[in-house]
Amino acid sequence: MSSKTQDVLLEMRDVRIEGFSDEHWNPIVKGVDLTLHRGEVLGLIGESGAGKSTLGLAAMGFVRAGCRISGGSIRFGDTDLRTASEAEKRRLWGTRLTYVAQSAAASFNPAHRLITQTANAAIREGLFSASEARGAARGLYQAMSLPEPDQIGLRYPHQVSGGQLQRVMTAMAMLPQPDLIVFDEPTTALDVTTQAEVLLAMRRIVEQHNTAAIYITHDLAVVAQMADTIKVLRHGQEVEEAPARNMLSAPKEAYTRSLWSVRKLEKVTKPASETVLAVDSVDAAYGTVKVLDDVTIRLPRGRTVSIVGESGSGKSTTARVIMGLLPPRRGQVVFEGSALPPGLKGRSKQQLRRIQMIYQMADTAMNPRHTVGEIIRRPLEFYHGLTGAAAEARVLELLEQIELGADFYDRLPSELSGGQKQRVCIARALAAEPDVIICDEVTSALDQIVQEGILRLLMRLQKECGISYLFITHDIATVQAISDEIVVMHKGKVVEQGPKEEILSPPHPEYTRLLLTSVPEMDPDWLTRLAASREAGTNPATG
Amino acid sequence: MTDTSHTYSAAAEAGRLRIRRTRWQRLQLELMKAPASAKIGLSIILFYAAMALFAPLIAPYGEAEILPQPYAPWSAEHWLGTDQIGRDILSRLIYGARNTIGIALLTTLLAFAIGGGLGLMAAISRGWLDQILSRGVDVVMAIPSLIFALMLLSVFGSSAASLILIIALLDSTRVFRLTRAVSVNVVVMDYIEAARVRGEGLGWIMRREILPNILPPLVAEFGLRFCFVFLTIASLSFLGVGIQPPTADWGSMVRETAQLIQFAKYDLSAAITPLIPAGAIAMITVGVNFTADWFLHKSSGLRDEQ
Repeated sequence: MSSKTQDVLLEMRDVRIEGFSDEHWNPIVKGVDLTLHRGEVLGLIGESGAGKSTLGLAAMGFVRAGCRISGGSIRFGDTDLRTASEAEKRRLWGTRLTYVAQSAAASFNPAHRLITQTANAAIREGLFSASEARGAARGLYQAMSLPEPDQIGLRYPHQVSGGQLQRVMTAMAMLPQPDLIVFDEPTTALDVTTQAEVLLAMRRIVEQHNTAAIYITHDLAVVAQMADTIKVLRHGQEVEEAPARNMLSAPKEAYTRSLWSVRKLEKVTKPASETVLAVDSVDAAYGTVKVLDDVTIRLPRGRTVSIVGESGSGKSTTARVIMGLLPPRRGQVVFEGSALPPGLKGRSKQQLRRIQMIYQMADTAMNPRHTVGEIIRRPLEFYHGLTGAAAEARVLELLEQIELGADFYDRLPSELSGGQKQRVCIARALAAEPDVIICDEVTSALDQIVQEGILRLLMRLQKECGISYLFITHDIATVQAISDEIVVMHKGKVVEQGPKEEILSPPHPEYTRLLLTSVPEMDPDWLTRLAASREAGTNPATG
Repeated sequence: MTDTSHTYSAAAEAGRLRIRRTRWQRLQLELMKAPASAKIGLSIILFYAAMALFAPLIAPYGEAEILPQPYAPWSAEHWLGTDQIGRDILSRLIYGARNTIGIALLTTLLAFAIGGGLGLMAAISRGWLDQILSRGVDVVMAIPSLIFALMLLSVFGSSAASLILIIALLDSTRVFRLTRAVSVNVVVMDYIEAARVRGEGLGWIMRREILPNILPPLVAEFGLRFCFVFLTIASLSFLGVGIQPPTADWGSMVRETAQLIQFAKYDLSAAITPLIPAGAIAMITVGVNFTADWFLHKSSGLRDEQ
């Protein structure tokens, strides 16, 4: 064997994977080649349904239930993973081949301590003795910058936060010093501030041990930090593959460029206008836990105000107070100059109609048993008394407006893609003809290219109908794309509030700075700079 | 890879559509794919339903028509003989289907109306209403239901109306628990909140938003509940406090002809006679269970379809 081929760790040739649905096998991955060298990190990106996760799992010789590998070869080191027996593969899994799942919270066994689960595979395969494995686990916890690395392993999964759990899972994957780790969207569910920490820790460890990795994500800025090579997938086929820096600076294919363009969406700030909705020194609490502390927010008519902050900062609670779902302890919500009744029950139909809400998870915001037509029709009937042909005509008009069309009228939500679902939710809100729409993380569950479509639609509707948006998000790119004004929240308090340009340019209060510097940038050196600056404790130049 | 368009279009995004079929076509397809047990169960139910619906046309004699010869043996005239006062057993068996199934069905429907309605209300409102209803149900369920039913029937008398009401009330506790448990998962969904924020009333939220989503487990439970109600009525009739003569009913038929068993060594067919209504009870229970099993499998086995 030449040194060149020895260097190759994983070689997938013309891999084809099919999934079973509608009584026949449908292709998911349609012949993809993938070569990974020792110590190389490959970023796998693409919109949902591109086959990224399926391909990532296939690299470990694994397919989900209901799927099968129908062609091609997968060689890992000396093993042919397509023909290897389950027992052979199980010996590799958890030792030489490891996996970090998207949702750590759903992947841990709640009944066992973290350290037991971290060390389990390594002990089972006889790589370490029990005490050695525990020692190694504690070392890794330290390397992952987990608090109290000696003690944290004794806790149970529900006793640590999501970000910490994700790091423990990475430590679990690193412990046997594997040759290859497959990361499946490991930071998608995390806050930006936590994400930056986890990314740093993961990259440090991968570099130290010269581990090869496949990093699956739809976030380009994240993949730019982690990967040496980037492969773009679409509809189960490879679009292009190139070294990360080349790919970022000069993407060859039109599709790749369109993925990149999302981040370039930007809105020209309009001057403030009269206030349509105001939250006036509101305190709110769940039981005895105070979640909002003297929050004051002003929403000008026809403008977009973004509320940013990490989870637990009180963003969504603010929305609940405005909607009347959580009556405030103190303060009031003022709509067009007059105070709204605090609770839902006290509000009139017209008051309810004029403030609408769009949810983060379009899946759960639509009744799965109602068709698109019924969903959009209900507010028309309920608020405007439209029935029969008039209602149907208006629904079709709304479907046009959200760029879908008449064939969607009879579909059920389960027959729509994520972006289409969110559009239907937007149409439902529009049907009420509101003055204000509250958007609660409406794009964060979507791929970037779909996000862009939704944001463009929202902006167009604002221009056409003069709707004001209160846009709750933790994604600064989205904020830049859509807002006129920004409110920064932290621990139930408003940290900063003002026009977009003012908030996004220094000087910043401490928390705003942390939030802004944690947002991954498309520059592949961003994470390195961030690490350096956090160690030095200085303010990095933001791009 | 430039064959696919790179400009974004929401309508074209993803979207291999499920094949659309009419309700009837889907039903036919489902029936074709159904396992043998479900087919057997369905045919049993259809057979019984036909008996119940067309009893006066099928039965050779009237329900309470007394013929001159009591305890007649099996013959061409009386296929299953006659009972202690000379009523044709086959005819009573056929009318029995109508009475027993009819009363059981009515009772089950009532149990679902009471238990389902209260269960939904408890799940939506939570708080004190939920507490009162749930604890009340716990108390009722703590008492063995057959003994409780016997007690109540002896207090209120064994009319068909009180029979239906009492059993429906007792069985509604189980329906309440199931409905509450499945609705609690639906109530927390965003679409329920969206409906509340829209200003919808309790009735709409219960009927249009929650009910369609909890229907599959409730339908399966309906089948099983029907069996239990059926068995309870048959047991009560056997004990003499259920459906009262001269109304034909399988439970009381077993009791009335039970002593024939001792003549087995003289006439085997006479001994089989009391087993026939018992067998009819067993058969419908098995048939409904088979069908409910299939339905449960269909509504929970999402994996099969994906």
